Amino acid sequence: MKTYLPTQFVVERRADRCIQCQVCVRQCSFDANYYDAEDDEVRSRDEKCVGCHRCVTFCPTGALTVRKNPLEYRPNCNWTAETIEDIYKQAESGGMLLTGMGNDKSYPIYWDHLLLNASQVTNPSIDPLREPMELRTYLGRKPDRVEIDPETLSLKTKLTPQVAIEVPVLFSAMSYGAVSLNVHESLARAATEAGTLFNTGEGGLHKKLYKYGNNTIVQVASGRFGVHAEYLNAGRIVEIKIGQGAKPGIGGHLPGEKVSPEVAATRMIPAGTDALSPAPHHDIYSIEDLSQLIYALKEATNYTKPISVKIAAVHNAAAIASGIVRAGADIVAIDGLRGSTGAAPKVIRDNVGIPIELALASVDQRLRQEGIRNQASIIAAGGIRSSADVIKAIALGADAVYIGTAALIALGCHVCQQCHTGKCAWGICTNDAVLSKRINPEIGAERLVNLLRGWSLEIKDMLGGMGVNALESLRGNRLALRGVGLTDTELDILGVRMAGS
Amino acid sequence: MKQILARPEFCVDCRLCQVHCQVEHSRSKDMVKAFKREATRPVARLRVEREGAESFAVSCRHCAEPVCVYSCLTGAMRKDPITGVVSVDSQKCAGCWTCLMVCPYSAVAQDKNQHRVVKCDLCPQLKTPACVANCPNKALILLEDKQS
Repeated sequence: MKTYLPTQFVVERRADRCIQCQVCVRQCSFDANYYDAEDDEVRSRDEKCVGCHRCVTFCPTGALTVRKNPLEYRPNCNWTAETIEDIYKQAESGGMLLTGMGNDKSYPIYWDHLLLNASQVTNPSIDPLREPMELRTYLGRKPDRVEIDPETLSLKTKLTPQVAIEVPVLFSAMSYGAVSLNVHESLARAATEAGTLFNTGEGGLHKKLYKYGNNTIVQVASGRFGVHAEYLNAGRIVEIKIGQGAKPGIGGHLPGEKVSPEVAATRMIPAGTDALSPAPHHDIYSIEDLSQLIYALKEATNYTKPISVKIAAVHNAAAIASGIVRAGADIVAIDGLRGSTGAAPKVIRDNVGIPIELALASVDQRLRQEGIRNQASIIAAGGIRSSADVIKAIALGADAVYIGTAALIALGCHVCQQCHTGKCAWGICTNDAVLSKRINPEIGAERLVNLLRGWSLEIKDMLGGMGVNALESLRGNRLALRGVGLTDTELDILGVRMAGS
Repeated sequence: MKQILARPEFCVDCRLCQVHCQVEHSRSKDMVKAFKREATRPVARLRVEREGAESFAVSCRHCAEPVCVYSCLTGAMRKDPITGVVSVDSQKCAGCWTCLMVCPYSAVAQDKNQHRVVKCDLCPQLKTPACVANCPNKALILLEDKQS
């Protein structure tokens, strides 16, 4: 069938700079550049370009640039180019539209409507270059009250497992299978070096990475891929994945083409078969069922590891989080509307869930009202882009945040949303033997550690500016935030006052 | 002595090593000029080999037992006793291609324009050879043995 889809990008090549070296030809995994031997000339097939900039970045003479195809439809606020082209795609394929990455729609980003405070005159700010700043965070259930033996001055209260992280940023769940082993290794090595944690996602943990177990969150999802006693005990935290911000209410789907022998061995499934995780956990239909799984995992790990429960931010997130805490979870992870994915139906990614800022504020508020906020740490996820977002999330009540897309961008991701094709030109969201070599874990880990270091320095600077020397002093302190451009209802849900008030 | 180690597990077959090798061995050392204006395009001293998913850059190993030196008819090939670098004197090279045939790594290249062989000289003017310095994925690394 002839496609009616127009070309999305135009590859522009400066003839005065192109040396016909064909680096662009070999780097494009979408076949958008080719070499015409007869004319000794490198040319482009614009219609195949996805705008990932791999060729642009690798061109040694800077001869290339990629532009959006300037083609215009008649202006129409209702029938935008995206709406029209989605219909073309479905008229031609008859299927659901699949996509990758997170929601790219223009829903409000509340981080950009929240502003931080700073000390002036009446309360001194602190210079982090001269004074120690504390970012260390402990994840896990905190006791209701602390008892100290008056004679020995030691702690009488028995603490449940606590996990210390040196920077309140963890790497989100991205499964081996969706991403390559080199990406997993980059994340694991970076987490180990930076003193934080990476999350295996639902595809198990490759044997090669067990040595990074102390900095690993092992995930148990509805498909139970790669879950066994050794795996559970290899990690520092066990996370039950109920939902994912990019696709609340549905399970994962790893196509058989991505299930290589190594992925298959790690997931404990036959090679080449589709790895489908059911939408729900078939043994969890209530909070009581969830509690059973939480305690089964606690038993399996001999009560040595905090159990996290991850949900997508949905309308009743606050009430659900309350149930999760009461079910015995030590950590609640909430993944917002802008959370990313390796593959999801576009309609779900773009229309289901609520923004993390609102979910986080309402969960924190609800747990405080019920007097159980101390019983679980909160991890906010889905759309954390910068150290400013991190510190605002902490002030809104998060103990730590997950970053997924930001971490992948550090590795080279250009957010071209082709994750679901398995052809990632940056070698990230693919298990193709040629492409996955493009991530060298030595370089990957270094880039991730650099990112975390940069963010830590910025967080310390912002904390110092507010006159506090520990992240703990800011956690849940919404007076450190003011809103701009928000309605009274939004301010009310965020628990934040209007700037100027 | 210095040696270039190729790591096939990280080679992405971009062949930027070849491009930068050519530029480093060009007259102008300017990438656009070297490729577009110089009368003879320089020959790369190393070559990326690819078979399926496997690829890596093959360059001279500067062998301890350099068969190219032993077999050279004109004495153009020599191994520096101090640095260990195997180099070719282009004035003496007769273009008989004997070294090319005996090299177990096929690491000697033919410059057909000049009718002589060219080979990796580890970029004596640079601290790090151009191919290593410009490999985007650390698939080529420089090993330096301090003993000799």
